[in-house]
Amino acid sequence: MARGFVTILIERCKGCGFCVEFCPTKVLAMSSAFNSKGYHPPHVVAPEKCSGCDLCGMFCPDFAIFGWKLRNGKAVGGGRES
Amino acid sequence: MIETEDLVEAPPQNPVEPYLRTDRLPHIWCPGCGIGTSLNCFVRALIESKEDLDRLAVVSGIGCSGRVAGYVAFDSFHTTHGRAVPFATGLKLANPALKVVVYSGDGDLFAIGGNHIIHAARRNVDIKVICVNNFLYAMTGGQSGPTTPPSSITTTSPYGGFEPAFNLPHLMDAAGAVYVARWTTFHVRQLTRAMIEILHKPGFCFIEVLSPCPTLYERRNKLGDGLDTMKYYKEKSKIRHGAPTSEVALDKRGEIIVGKFVDRNRPEYLELMRAQHRAQLGDRFVEAPACLCD
Ligand SMILES: Cc1ncc(C[n+]2csc(CCOP(=O)(O)OP(=O)(O)O)c2C)c(N)n1
Ligand code: SF4
Ligand code: SF4
Ligand code: SF4
Repeated sequence: MARGFVTILIERCKGCGFCVEFCPTKVLAMSSAFNSKGYHPPHVVAPEKCSGCDLCGMFCPDFAIFGWKLRNGKAVGGGRES
Repeated sequence: MIETEDLVEAPPQNPVEPYLRTDRLPHIWCPGCGIGTSLNCFVRALIESKEDLDRLAVVSGIGCSGRVAGYVAFDSFHTTHGRAVPFATGLKLANPALKVVVYSGDGDLFAIGGNHIIHAARRNVDIKVICVNNFLYAMTGGQSGPTTPPSSITTTSPYGGFEPAFNLPHLMDAAGAVYVARWTTFHVRQLTRAMIEILHKPGFCFIEVLSPCPTLYERRNKLGDGLDTMKYYKEKSKIRHGAPTSEVALDKRGEIIVGKFVDRNRPEYLELMRAQHRAQLGDRFVEAPACLCD
């Protein structure tokens, strides 16, 4: 059971690969699919490893990805505890 | 547009979105450009420091980095080239209750704007300067400037540059900045923390953010793309808080000293001005209202 989740805004991504490279638990990989601008967005390959730490969200130059957690059934965004 | 594995509930929006003009996204920055990562850190710093956005203004000059002013969803000024610091100084002096952040490029701040920034630091004007250093004038096609490391290939140095470059932290330290740090776009947590620190510190504060420009600097110098540059930052950066700024000069693809180099206190410009006016004018000196923005 994943402790965290990651949301990808595919159409906003420019395929730089920062999120894939620097995710500490290697949750992501670049997809071979294209978005409508012709970039390869990341996709989730190991959802169970996601901690929701939002490091991918901090690295993303395009605000196209972010990690989050569930607390008491409520989504808590941005890796923050409140 | 939104895709999640394990869709549990409606996914929350990206926490940075309320701070950005999302109608203008995707932004103009190239794939792998670091400016967006730096802005991402800045927004997270605003969130964490619980800044009152009605008391905040971002001032940018011209350049790719200067575009930041156009993407933030609070008061911002996209000024003329090189003049972000004087605009910010005027804004701060006219409305001291504002927190004023200058967000601009190395060329804007240290080439055409170089004189302004050294005097703002000397006076210790209470503005916070975030300088995105990508080593050249990106927006105009990649000309070399005062921060271009020697031997770099640029549009205006096709055989490799030979001019010595500014060491920005050293320059800002010597000019009198009370806070001087350098991070790279790889150091997202440290950069965010530094941004929070300057938002809380009175006086002239300066952060240099080294940032990839894959389209112009890295490509012309055959140094790979944005991700390769991020890996280089990761590999070759050494954190040395308090390092003498004379020792942190950069060269092309050499070691990068990062950290907080200067954190000191000096009387701030408005404080000095008020004290002087009070001493000289006595009762005739009338304090300006604390805030003009209500
Ligand atoms: C008075 C004036 N001179 C020159 C220019 C052309 N110009 C636009 S941006 C720029 C340099 C930008 O470099 P930098 O500040 O490093 O920002 P970057 O694009 O690298 O982020 C120059 C010279 C201008 N817009 N106005
Ligand atoms: S960091 Fe952002 S822009 Fe880069 S590949 Fe990941 S989602 Fe796309
Ligand atoms: S939230 Fe953290 S663990 Fe999950 S994908 Fe992003 S970086 Fe990886
Ligand atoms: S030209 Fe360079 S600095 Fe400008 S957006 Fe592209 S990568 Fe970024």
